[in-house]
Amino acid sequence: MYKYNDFDTAFLAERNAQFRAQVERRIDGSLTEDEFKPLRLMNGLYLQLHAYMLRVAIPYGSLNSAQMNTLALLAEKWDKGYGHFTTRQNIQYNWPKLSDVPDMLDALAEVGMHAIQTSGNTIRNVTADHFAGAAADEIEDPRPIAELIRQWSTDHPEFQFMGRKFKIAVGGAAKDRAVLKAHDLAVRVVQNDAGETGYQILIGGGLGRTPMIGKVINDFVPRADLLPYIEAVVSVWNQIGRRDNKYKARIKITVHEHGIDDIRARVDARFALIRPTFLGADQELFSEIKAHFSAPKFRADSTTPYDTAYKADPVFRAWADTNLADHRVSDHAIVTISIKKHGATPGDASAEQMRVMATLAADYGYDELRISHEQNVILPHVHKSDLPAIHAKLKQHGLGTANIGLISDIIACPGMDYCALATARSIPVAEQIATRFDDLKLEHDIGHLQIKISGCINACGHHHVGHIGILGLDRAGVENYQITLGGDATWSAAVGERAGPGFAYDEIVPAVERIVDAYLSVRDTAEETFLETYRRVGMSPFKAALYPEAIKKVA
Amino acid sequence: MTVIITDKGFGPDTWTLGYEGDTALDLPSDTDPVQLSERIAAQVQMIRIAFPSFADGRGFTIARHLRLSGYKGHLRATGHLIADQYAMARRSGFDDVEISDELAARQPENQWLARANWQQNDYQARMRGGSPAAA
Ligand code: HEM
Ligand code: SF4
Repeated sequence: MYKYNDFDTAFLAERNAQFRAQVERRIDGSLTEDEFKPLRLMNGLYLQLHAYMLRVAIPYGSLNSAQMNTLALLAEKWDKGYGHFTTRQNIQYNWPKLSDVPDMLDALAEVGMHAIQTSGNTIRNVTADHFAGAAADEIEDPRPIAELIRQWSTDHPEFQFMGRKFKIAVGGAAKDRAVLKAHDLAVRVVQNDAGETGYQILIGGGLGRTPMIGKVINDFVPRADLLPYIEAVVSVWNQIGRRDNKYKARIKITVHEHGIDDIRARVDARFALIRPTFLGADQELFSEIKAHFSAPKFRADSTTPYDTAYKADPVFRAWADTNLADHRVSDHAIVTISIKKHGATPGDASAEQMRVMATLAADYGYDELRISHEQNVILPHVHKSDLPAIHAKLKQHGLGTANIGLISDIIACPGMDYCALATARSIPVAEQIATRFDDLKLEHDIGHLQIKISGCINACGHHHVGHIGILGLDRAGVENYQITLGGDATWSAAVGERAGPGFAYDEIVPAVERIVDAYLSVRDTAEETFLETYRRVGMSPFKAALYPEAIKKVA
Repeated sequence: MTVIITDKGFGPDTWTLGYEGDTALDLPSDTDPVQLSERIAAQVQMIRIAFPSFADGRGFTIARHLRLSGYKGHLRATGHLIADQYAMARRSGFDDVEISDELAARQPENQWLARANWQQNDYQARMRGGSPAAA
């Protein structure tokens, strides 16, 4: 895990002092509300429906128990006792007071955390594969490069007042678990034919009102060229990206309007100018950073307690089957803790739950935790013999839900319950779907199925890339939910296809149920997932299930 | 009237040749710096880049591009910049910032001087072994 050095600590102290002064200058009138707004946003502070909202970065989703305990402290001391884990590896507090925020930031700084560039028209918190450092299919841990990018992008003088936000994600494994193709820029660790490690770069992905899948701009950027290359991309976009219309300002539109070849040529020219300013200090820094992320000394022990519990306890077995993933060391496992208890708000954890997870990490998990973009919490390194004890503890605190990757493991944005931009509720829809399928006792039979829900066209809930996507709109003052099918958030990324007319609030859960029934009746085998079935049979059986009246009329 | 801001605080304008002749350029924020290279003749000593709004950060990219392309003359940011942007302007290659008297009254000298330490706590300088991004 990365530990701040003197430079990082001094930087953060200075930055927090600056923000404290900015708050005071807003209050004394030196700064207008307009001028204060981008300053508070680049420090993670939004103005929401009911109150301010503070978004704290969990860079590339990695944290230790002391940091998790501090997140719990913030929830308890300055908020209403809980926090909300988001799809971009941040945590949001929905009820802080403006005057408390500088103190919250100072408390975070004590454990090397911040809220810098979690918002605003800046380069946002860098995200990464949540199984980084643990996954069996990893080429290279993406976190050192993500940390280097974090440092490079922090307070970058050229990129604090851009046309729009800019989101970067990093992956380093065969599988894409970081939704790389939905980011403004994605870095993928790859190896070339000569066996050298470098980076494939994609740009122009994004969701929102114009969903786009990222395109490859460069297949292989050598290690030492990475920062200047990214800088060239952002610099070109900052200059030519549209500023006349904020819905057309993201780089995906720039790429769409200019074409990827034109952008590539501009980036190459800019890169030629920038590259000579990097003389190797960044590579030395990278080596230092890398040392921080060396793997813990994995202990060797018998896995008998695990095998025994797996045979004897069906509840444990169900949890192990859904919530564990392969670790690169065979007697260890990656544990995903579900923050999606049936009927609860997806991604919300109480201070007490955060402390429980921190303690588990300290006691059993080499002091490491991760936050996933799917809004769950991960213990990346656990010896299998400790799993029964961990599971027992999780169950006591409402954290034992066995539903990772299943229909109730829903991504949902805050929607009408918190968000000023919302056109519909999303949290209650997620809660009802989860409760319904739990009652039906069907979810394990249904298998891998991702539902993603957004409360407006901005798509914070990733609905475009949900196997079933739900978008809540406002139709003449009434909530109306549009369904898309076949979206995919992985390396085979796809934007879902609209099924047809939307559904009212009280019709949306039955509509989802009809989709699932249709899937269960047309799937080849129990192993064929929803997405595979959809790709094989297309929209028509689902359309027929969703709109039986329309079919009758035609007949 | 305007105020010129440097690391030493507020001061008067010492550029007396205006922006009409061929020794100075006055550029809007949507200037394409790539095309600009041809216009920067040897006699250009002053380039002034407009910030129509503090939210329009294109000027930082233009300044940096000019420096990276070898421009060694004076670079000035003018218009609506706020004190919090002083460090960004300096790190991007500007020599000074020009603001209106009215803005200077609202954001007095001490708020700008608070950012005169722009050479400290700079991740960019760290990445590049000591020199700021525009070097
Ligand atoms: C409640 C306050 C929130 C507000 C006001 C807000 C606002 C927005 C807006 C306006 C966009 C569209 C940006 C664009 O297209 O340029 C957006 C995108 C996004 N938001 Fe939020 N959001 C909020 C909360 C969240 C939460 C809680 C999450 C995570 C669960 C989230 C994750 C995202 C993601 C991943 C995108 C990216 C979509 C894209 O690629 O454009 N947001 N948000
Ligand atoms: S998708 Fe819309 S409603 Fe949901 S959080 Fe984003 S802006 Fe708010």
